Amino acid sequence: MTATAHKPRSTPASSARRRFLVDAARTGGGVALLSLGVGLYARQAASLPALAVRPPGALDEPQFLGACIRCGLCVRDCPYDTLSLATLGDEVTTGTPYFTARDVPCEMCEDIPCVKACPTGALDHELTDIDDARMGLAVLIDEENCLNFQGLRCDVCYRVCPLIDKAITLEMQHNARSGKHAMFIPAVHSDACTGCGKCEKACVLEKAAIKVLPTRLAKGELGHHYRWGWQEKQKAGGSLVTPDQQHRYNLPEGERYDYEGKGLIFEESSDKVPFGSDPLDTLKRGMEGRR
Amino acid sequence: MIRDRRPGVEAVAVKGWLAANKWLLARRFTQLSILGLFLLGPWFGIWIVKGNLNASLTLDVLPLTDPYVLLQSLLAGQMPELAAISGALIIVAFYLLVGGRVYCSWVCPVNMVTDAAHWLRERLGITGAARLSSTTRYWILAATLLLALFTGTLVWEIVNPVSMSHRGLIFGMGLAWLVVLAVFLMDFLVSRRAWCGHLCPVGAFYSLLALRSPLRVRADQREQCDDCMDCFLVCPEPRVIRPALKGADKGIGPVITSANCTNCGRCIDVCAKDVFRFGSRFGNWTDTDEQTTQHSPGVEVLR
Repeated sequence: MTATAHKPRSTPASSARRRFLVDAARTGGGVALLSLGVGLYARQAASLPALAVRPPGALDEPQFLGACIRCGLCVRDCPYDTLSLATLGDEVTTGTPYFTARDVPCEMCEDIPCVKACPTGALDHELTDIDDARMGLAVLIDEENCLNFQGLRCDVCYRVCPLIDKAITLEMQHNARSGKHAMFIPAVHSDACTGCGKCEKACVLEKAAIKVLPTRLAKGELGHHYRWGWQEKQKAGGSLVTPDQQHRYNLPEGERYDYEGKGLIFEESSDKVPFGSDPLDTLKRGMEGRR
Repeated sequence: MIRDRRPGVEAVAVKGWLAANKWLLARRFTQLSILGLFLLGPWFGIWIVKGNLNASLTLDVLPLTDPYVLLQSLLAGQMPELAAISGALIIVAFYLLVGGRVYCSWVCPVNMVTDAAHWLRERLGITGAARLSSTTRYWILAATLLLALFTGTLVWEIVNPVSMSHRGLIFGMGLAWLVVLAVFLMDFLVSRRAWCGHLCPVGAFYSLLALRSPLRVRADQREQCDDCMDCFLVCPEPRVIRPALKGADKGIGPVITSANCTNCGRCIDVCAKDVFRFGSRFGNWTDTDEQTTQHSPGVEVLR
């Protein structure tokens, strides 16, 4: 050992060692550069476009990209050919499954074959009831073009919703344009909407007014310190600050006001009606008031 | 020596064309059959095998999983379901037996691309080469595993030509053919056997399964060798042959023990003297001294 240590620099042993070190540094440096490039590319490639929807039960996107091994078994077991694997050049990470609701929505199979097919659990096997799936959230994104917002009775998104009256309801509003009609406004409820996309697929417009978006885009989030006053009041069983004063109405005899929501009530016992059969009565009564 | 002499001419003359190409034919048949099994479903609706080389399900019962991609997933912090784990164990057990890089020469679809590039390169007599170390693939293997560990995603799968080309054929190519073309051009113009022989971390991973695998090519008739060099010319990993073929003086046995031998059998084909044959790694002693000096297995893995 000591003998080799004292040998001059030009011995085969030391030059071989130097060559080895140079080679290792060269290769290591090259691979490190390559890794940096691929790693940075991976970060960009990880951004999922807003209209690409993952299959039911998909883990959150960062976890999904670590768990999905790009085998396509979910695609194969989808009976409606909804799913496809992203190819190189698509905006979705290469080889991962997704669907575009406007093209083919999820039909929400009760046995969820895509989840069962997943060998890795990138589609979570805990999901056994398809109604619990949260692929995204439908959002009525374009009120200016939605026919129902114009007072028409399109209702198609509401009618096709697999969870009709739970995920989408129709809320009546006054139609100010006509002045005398109602508008039936489709309202999506995030506690029921699975993001299947059937509403987006069925929207009759050239481009859908209702779209399934990733939940992170579709939902706002309340400030964590914020409380809804009326809920807190209910929890406390009464007003938390000054007790509410009940507003008093000065109503004619035989009329009263229901504070629980019914509004103005005419007592059953009273046969007095505001407008008699003879219009002159009303006029006369008005005159009495003046006097 | 005539430089442009094509390997295998003598073998064809001596053994006949079929015998001089039988392992190559068997290999192409296997590669195409496996690919064909995957394509029967999407092309003809006959679902014998579903999925792709990353993970598949055969006849709805047999799960098979690529252990390399599953290892990356594990490092990314994800615990797979039982199907993927058992599928990977089956694959590992199989390649521990037959030699990991059998995957490269008998299964991997990129092999046909790089073989074609190599063939064209030899035909056109292209010799200039970028210097690549054949250990580069182990650096890349380590890098892909570290990337999975630190980013939590399967980074390598975004560029992996092996899974990308196979998945492309079955599920739709997109622009993946560009990656395949890049591999072709690299092997054709940049360096001899650049991808499979120097860079591919998939092959590097599978070579680790071959360190002790019993199925090996043996140069049992090495004293017959007439130094025609045909085996070295056709071998995708030329350094693996030398110790077994020329190591008799140094007491090295006739078994090709390197984990990077892909068991492609092409050396058996092109040898007019029938020096090589498929056999086991056992009984690896020299004819001269009859000693059981086992050549330590797998030491060439990092060469």
